[in-house]
Amino acid sequence: MKKKVLCTILGAVMALSTLAGCGAANDKANDTVGNVYYMNFKPEVTEVWEEIAEVYTKETGVEVKVVTAAGGNYESTLKSEIAKTNAPTLFQINGPIGYQAWKDYCADLSDTEFYQALSDKELAIKGEDGGVYGVPYTIEGYGIIYNLEIMNKYFAMDGAVVTSMDEINSYATLKAVTEDMQSKKDDLGIKGVFASTSLLPGEEWRWQTHLANLPVNAEYVANGVSDMNEITFSYADNFKNIFDLYLNNSTTEPKMLGSKGVNDSMAEFALGQCAMVQNGNWAWGQIADVSGNVVKEENVGFLPIYMGLSGEESQGLCVGTENYFCINSQASEVDQKATADFVYWLINSETGKDYMVNKLGNVAPFTTFADDEKPSDPLAKSMLASMESGKTAIPWIFTTFPSQTFKDNFGSALLEYAQGTMEWSGVVDVVVEQWKTEKALIAD
Amino acid sequence: MEKTMKKYFPVFVLPTLIAFLIAFVVPFVVGLYLSFCEFTTVTNAEFVGLSNYIKAFSNKDFLNALLFTLGFAAVAVVTINIFGFLLALMLTQKLPGTNLFRTVFFMPNLIGGIVLGYIWQSMINGVLSKFGVTMLFDAKYGFWGLIILMNWQMIGYIMIIYIAGLQNVSTDVLEAAKIDGASRIQTLFRITIPMIMPSITICLFLTISNSFKMFDQNLALTGGGPSNKTTMLALDIYKSFYDKVGFEGVGQAKAVVFFVIVAGIAMAQLVLTRRKEVES
Repeated sequence: MKKKVLCTILGAVMALSTLAGCGAANDKANDTVGNVYYMNFKPEVTEVWEEIAEVYTKETGVEVKVVTAAGGNYESTLKSEIAKTNAPTLFQINGPIGYQAWKDYCADLSDTEFYQALSDKELAIKGEDGGVYGVPYTIEGYGIIYNLEIMNKYFAMDGAVVTSMDEINSYATLKAVTEDMQSKKDDLGIKGVFASTSLLPGEEWRWQTHLANLPVNAEYVANGVSDMNEITFSYADNFKNIFDLYLNNSTTEPKMLGSKGVNDSMAEFALGQCAMVQNGNWAWGQIADVSGNVVKEENVGFLPIYMGLSGEESQGLCVGTENYFCINSQASEVDQKATADFVYWLINSETGKDYMVNKLGNVAPFTTFADDEKPSDPLAKSMLASMESGKTAIPWIFTTFPSQTFKDNFGSALLEYAQGTMEWSGVVDVVVEQWKTEKALIAD
Repeated sequence: MEKTMKKYFPVFVLPTLIAFLIAFVVPFVVGLYLSFCEFTTVTNAEFVGLSNYIKAFSNKDFLNALLFTLGFAAVAVVTINIFGFLLALMLTQKLPGTNLFRTVFFMPNLIGGIVLGYIWQSMINGVLSKFGVTMLFDAKYGFWGLIILMNWQMIGYIMIIYIAGLQNVSTDVLEAAKIDGASRIQTLFRITIPMIMPSITICLFLTISNSFKMFDQNLALTGGGPSNKTTMLALDIYKSFYDKVGFEGVGQAKAVVFFVIVAGIAMAQLVLTRRKEVES
């Protein structure tokens, strides 16, 4: 009899333990004020967001939960999180293509206070019905980051092609300077002019996305459109110009680039092994954090990416955003309201603005920010200076690139070109053909 | 007896059965259903019929991945089993330190695939850099890299199973063979191998299914590069699911096809090798 009882108990325990996982804790449902759940995109600022959540809860009593998706896993984490009962109420998309994927979950934001405060309404993501579904919260820019210390060393040399950064305003000059510097690299104490062209799979975004933005934008402009279902990659030669320059005047042999990541490139720059690297203002942290960093804050600046496009003397940096806030339309009304309030607090209250600008380093495109409320890191400053200098900024149109698959295949083609296993015409074919097939898939 | 079974069914079988239903049967059925749907997340699926399957095969990526996987599995299964068996033979001889060696050979199996992938990536790239290239220079470097990695990881595990099998071969039979004047080679092929057929069945099953399902090592070692030439089936499914807009259903359809292929091959192998098993 005793045994029987014991068996029953053991069995019951087993049954309970298997079921225990299903009983989700729904005890914290806050019906009147709502909850905010933010799915953070940037792992490097996780702690800041957690601090913001805490501060906001203390100030308003509204519960804010922040979950960060590890680098590169945002889409997959979001896909699983948003299917849960307590789904994220605030998440982000990367542009029109991201909107296509998430449109069932994007709420119309046209009546929210933070959309009303957006300084340039054109920046927001609009749906076919005219609603506003994504609001950008930061502006970023990229170009060629240079180390003025090394550049000045070169300018002081006999027979330098130019004598100041201002004189480099076209591809021809950039090429002449680069090649001259490369031939004098030992005197300059560098391993190469440009940092490694990182082409490890998953690390090629600086080329297949950022660099490709310029020729594709030129093609859009030439056709007077903002998106195309098929491209001819008519400015491929311009892309090749600058890409060859990066490859041939680098710290690394082209055949070895398949082993280099973005971190390697940024470390080379930070350690003074190269004079220039293509990247954006977000990279300052990466440069400053390298141990043994020799690059001084006052010596860092941006050069536009010159590739021989017409009118490039007045060309500025590539400025835009791929960070759009979206509110989950399938969350409850109160939660949506609470989330909109939270975002407005971020861009309107003193505390929120302080976090946005100084801790998150965002150049926030909202009218609520005064002129002096801008981040102070050198790259952000250089970017803002370039924007104000009257040069024509290139918009980020890579948010219309068809898919990650397109970018990945383009990136692998670039790798094969770099190591000499593919002709340039092969790369062009991949771009044209992949663009067409991947765009057709979206249209379905 | 049957009455007792019935009586204790809720106590002993039911919990496991429920767990099995929740963790296996339900996801499997949902997954099967989703392969006929277009969806972003599992909760907003919309039925679209067979179009996902058509899309899966209208792109050559999936077939390329299938061919690469078949080639990989063929080479990996043969090499892993041969090396594993040879090691097992060696370590069942009366040599000093066999226990230590068994442990050492088994250890790589305890390290996760992603970590192994990155470690081997830097090692192989380190060697290839002497020739001025990287593993992504040519698909064949990636192929052999994967083979080496898979061998390194699986041999120890397979070896342990073979050792267990070899230790079970009755010494009476071996002695009888010796008295009858059988050579060592004859003993190996006529006595030992037929006697350890159950181990071979298990080892083949494990290596075949693991080779087909390989994912982390593939992702970490080559990421499918160059130009998707070393993408295996599981990685291709992952890429279609996450890297293309609106391709979640197609990824799911590929996963169903993948399941059918792996299950089919593994089952066929089980039936074939089972037939060869003998009783001593």
